[in-house]
Amino acid sequence: MSLRWPSAVLLWVLQFMVPYAHAEDIIMTRSVLPFPEAMLVLQDSISAHGYTVSRVQRVDVGLTGKGYQTDKYRIVFAGKIDEIRMLTEHAPQLIPYLPPKIAIFAEGEQTVLVTINPEIYADIAGNAVDPVMFRHWESDLRSIFHDVNTAR
Amino acid sequence: MRLICGILLLMVWLSAAAEPDGAELFGRYCAACHGDKGNGGVGVPLALPSFLDSVDDRFLATTIRYGRPGRVMPAFDALSDAQIGAIVRFIRSWSKQAAPTYSDERVKGDPAHGRELFAGHCAVCHGENGAGGKGTGVTFSRHRDLPIIAPGLNNTGFLRAASDAMIRHTLQSGRDGTPMRSFLKQGLSDQDIDDLVSYVRSFNGQGTEGHKITPVVPATLSAESPYTLEETVENVKQAITSQNFILIRTDTLEHGLARAGQENPHQVILHFCNFNFLYQALAVDPRVGMFLPCRVTVTERDGKVTVSTIEPEYLSRLFNNDELNEYCKHMHDVYKAILEEATL
Repeated sequence: MSLRWPSAVLLWVLQFMVPYAHAEDIIMTRSVLPFPEAMLVLQDSISAHGYTVSRVQRVDVGLTGKGYQTDKYRIVFAGKIDEIRMLTEHAPQLIPYLPPKIAIFAEGEQTVLVTINPEIYADIAGNAVDPVMFRHWESDLRSIFHDVNTAR
Repeated sequence: MRLICGILLLMVWLSAAAEPDGAELFGRYCAACHGDKGNGGVGVPLALPSFLDSVDDRFLATTIRYGRPGRVMPAFDALSDAQIGAIVRFIRSWSKQAAPTYSDERVKGDPAHGRELFAGHCAVCHGENGAGGKGTGVTFSRHRDLPIIAPGLNNTGFLRAASDAMIRHTLQSGRDGTPMRSFLKQGLSDQDIDDLVSYVRSFNGQGTEGHKITPVVPATLSAESPYTLEETVENVKQAITSQNFILIRTDTLEHGLARAGQENPHQVILHFCNFNFLYQALAVDPRVGMFLPCRVTVTERDGKVTVSTIEPEYLSRLFNNDELNEYCKHMHDVYKAILEEATL
């Protein structure tokens, strides 16, 4: 099927209008806030984006309890129950990666956040799941990271 | 329709004509590791005056473009030359000095003599074969008064970015604020330094090439269990202990997501840890939280019980950290052993 010229031009133009997508496998951001404040902003933003924080793994507490010196280091798990159930049903190979998580750790007086780009989950899920959901996750993660990055 | 096309074309043209914003690009791609003011962290402190005064713009741009394979710094190969140039100008704005420029000429030295000098003067920090210091990240791997890890001199990214003249200048002048001292002041001659440069250049092709992102291994490890869900969970607990890990907690996968009492009881997660191993792994790469906590998931579906874990070697390729790969290989072996023991 051939496109009429206005449609073809429009498609050609639109490909340049898509926001620049940098293929980052790992998404990171930095907050100038100290760890406790950055953690609060993170959890608030996760909730504001419609996700439930299911658990916070206190890695630093475990380490210091065993005598290792460490800065604050936590893992925040979050998701939406309906999405998690859909994924475990249709893409059981993703189960060990669920729910998604964000690592947040102190670096001096600032805080660093790290997560895996949900595109990786889409690769693992293959054709079993519509990749649109993972794109939403990525968009939400970037928005959440932006909130933490810009909070003062 | 033509009007819409015209407007869109105008927007594309305006967007393309706009000068890239170096500060914005640095904030987006670099600040998480190097700090918003370039003071370092996971990445090296770019704002260090002795660093900026001794590296040329080509070194910075080439480093951004090609990264350091296997040494955390990724290759930003999708950025345009204009964007990289804008980032370099932003980094350069932290220095009051003009950017140095270096000749592309190869230094003429005796690499055999340079090798002897390297063993005596450089290997203690840069490693015997110039592989560089261990670990990354201020938080876990080094004291805060030590702002930088000795770079991997045999790294293909470093050798691509650094000219002989730049390496010679660094050897002659050292870098204030880092353990790198002037070797002229330590008694080496200009010819000795040229010999060292020739030896470093001879590393070409010996350093790591890093790892491709291509998923050559499956993303998960799994095994079918001949036991019931409950029996398999108990087997996994025993296998975790026999691998010298401590069981931290047992939850359903939906814990904290579904309302209490509505969680799927047929998806059980066992969390466990070896704190000494964890501490070492965090010193190698503070982003290791993406592998945490160690866990095995036991699921029952249609009467079939499956035990599964992440495949650490699948994830490790995302991190561009050869040191981390060794830890992931070990965790692969641990997970395999647990799966086998629990389902035997």
